[in-house]
Amino acid sequence: MEKEKLEEEIRTETIRKKVVSVDSAVLAAQKPQTITMTDGPLIPKKGEKHVLSSWRVTFIGAIVLLLGLIIFKPEPYRQIFLICIQGAPVTFQVTVFAIIGAVVIGTFTGLGSVSSHRWINMISGVYVELIRGIPLLVQLIFIYYALGRFLHLEGMVAAIIALSICFGAYMGEIVRAGIQAIPKGQTEAATALGMSKTQTFIHVILPQTVKVVLPAIGNEFISMLKDSSLVSQLALADILRKGREYISRTFLSLETMLIVALIYLILTLVLSRLVGLLEERLHKNNG
Amino acid sequence: MAKIEITDLCKDFSVEGIKTVHAVKHATLTVNDGEVVVIIGPSGSGKSTLLRSVNKLEEPTSGSIRIDGIEVTDPKTDLRKIREEVGMVFQSFNLFPHLSVLDNITLAPRKVLKMDKKEADELGLSLLRRVGLEEKAKNRPTQLSGGQQQRVAIARALAMKPKAMLFDEPTSALDPEMIKEVLDVMLDLAKEGMTMLLVTHEMGFARAAADKIIFMDSGEIIETGSPQEIFTNPKNERTKSFLEHIL
Ligand SMILES: Nc1ncnc2c1ncn2[C@@H]1O[C@H](COP(=O)(O)OP(=O)(O)OP(=O)(O)O)[C@@H](O)[C@H]1O
Ligand SMILES: [Mg+2]
Repeated sequence: MEKEKLEEEIRTETIRKKVVSVDSAVLAAQKPQTITMTDGPLIPKKGEKHVLSSWRVTFIGAIVLLLGLIIFKPEPYRQIFLICIQGAPVTFQVTVFAIIGAVVIGTFTGLGSVSSHRWINMISGVYVELIRGIPLLVQLIFIYYALGRFLHLEGMVAAIIALSICFGAYMGEIVRAGIQAIPKGQTEAATALGMSKTQTFIHVILPQTVKVVLPAIGNEFISMLKDSSLVSQLALADILRKGREYISRTFLSLETMLIVALIYLILTLVLSRLVGLLEERLHKNNG
Repeated sequence: MAKIEITDLCKDFSVEGIKTVHAVKHATLTVNDGEVVVIIGPSGSGKSTLLRSVNKLEEPTSGSIRIDGIEVTDPKTDLRKIREEVGMVFQSFNLFPHLSVLDNITLAPRKVLKMDKKEADELGLSLLRRVGLEEKAKNRPTQLSGGQQQRVAIARALAMKPKAMLFDEPTSALDPEMIKEVLDVMLDLAKEGMTMLLVTHEMGFARAAADKIIFMDSGEIIETGSPQEIFTNPKNERTKSFLEHIL
């Protein structure tokens, strides 16, 4: 019960960045009612029949369409698919490493924004504001070139760092909300037992925050998979880049983009199902 | 075991920087070694604030709090030492939900007193036996009833071997049928000579265990006396009308 409430709070908090509208009067009342519009697909879970069945329809539809095109119209679709899928390792690599980077940066940012130290607080606040106020693509290209010019970093590494920095701010907000969602009584109980601030944080606050924050991080993971396509702007050979190179050779723009879209769709749907299963597992373990 | 002396204590809260709430006004009271002192009073009268000042969960605005002669409000005083010696039990239990019942009890002894795991577990189990919950050691707090959770919270506080205990409405969040099991544990503690300062509206308990009753209203200590004096012959009008209300 308690945990669900926390997760609800967190979800409301993290969704704010992608929110359509929040009725603040209702929020101020008791039950935070949010119109949730995440930019990832809905994560299907058992018990949510309608999400699960729409997930199935979309997933099977995408697979059938992709296979159908490849098998029954191999000219040009087979070749398009074989070329685009070559970008998958780059997409995966960027996504996985960038999400790890974002979690690390986000943890520090989140800690910074709840810190009682004024300057640390200010720094993480400014960082979050900056990142939230600039289009992702603009930041990405800027950081990428900055890293290349001043640190002479190689393309892949620079792209991963750039994405980590961009997503780290959102992750920081998630971590902050997670920490703040832990009831004050927890800190008070630990303090009253003679535990120091650091001990309280490590043994009481952090373990609870991790649990509350994991579903939101799962969501970010899915967003990251899609937004990693932005690195195609940075001359990295990911799925989208492979597709665009193919278009510039053959001018088959619609056909290629159809395949690219289907590949991304299938990957995101699989990932969202995995995240959903993981969450269910987590819930079960918590009794 | 311990003596708590509170002298001329004041606590102001500033609400959004505009309004000041005088939560506690010039409160003076003494809890002698082995005494049980019960604070009663209407909601918002400053009972919790007074109690929480003793282990500095609230920073007093002015006044003095001495525990065995050591000044709590002195910035040079080692607060962790004070908090080790003064246990606290909260209305909402505040058990750590991510830890087993046993780990809830052993966390502070291990981290603060640097006790090794085996010793801490033995201590934890013996405390659980004392509050009648030995078989729940491996459970999560959420799997326990409210009364059981509060008994674990008491065991957790006792694990630090405190010289005195603070209770803030320990039974107010409980279903009526669970109140007794918690009060019984508290009565045992009182009998063993634990110094106790508590806020409660369980008048039966106050009658049976309290050496002194303190009535607070709007931040002030209005009246102090033995249970006999307060319950049968209150001197102050406000005490009288409050007791008529709740009894
Ligand atoms: N953190 C705080 N910030 C501002 N005002 C506070 C704070 N804590 C308490 N107060 C105010 O101080 C006064 C005393 O509160 P306190 O919680 O000590 O009362 P209480 O006697 O314990 O009441 P209850 O029986 O409802 O628990 C109240 O007016 C309350 O609103
Ligand atoms: Mg209170």
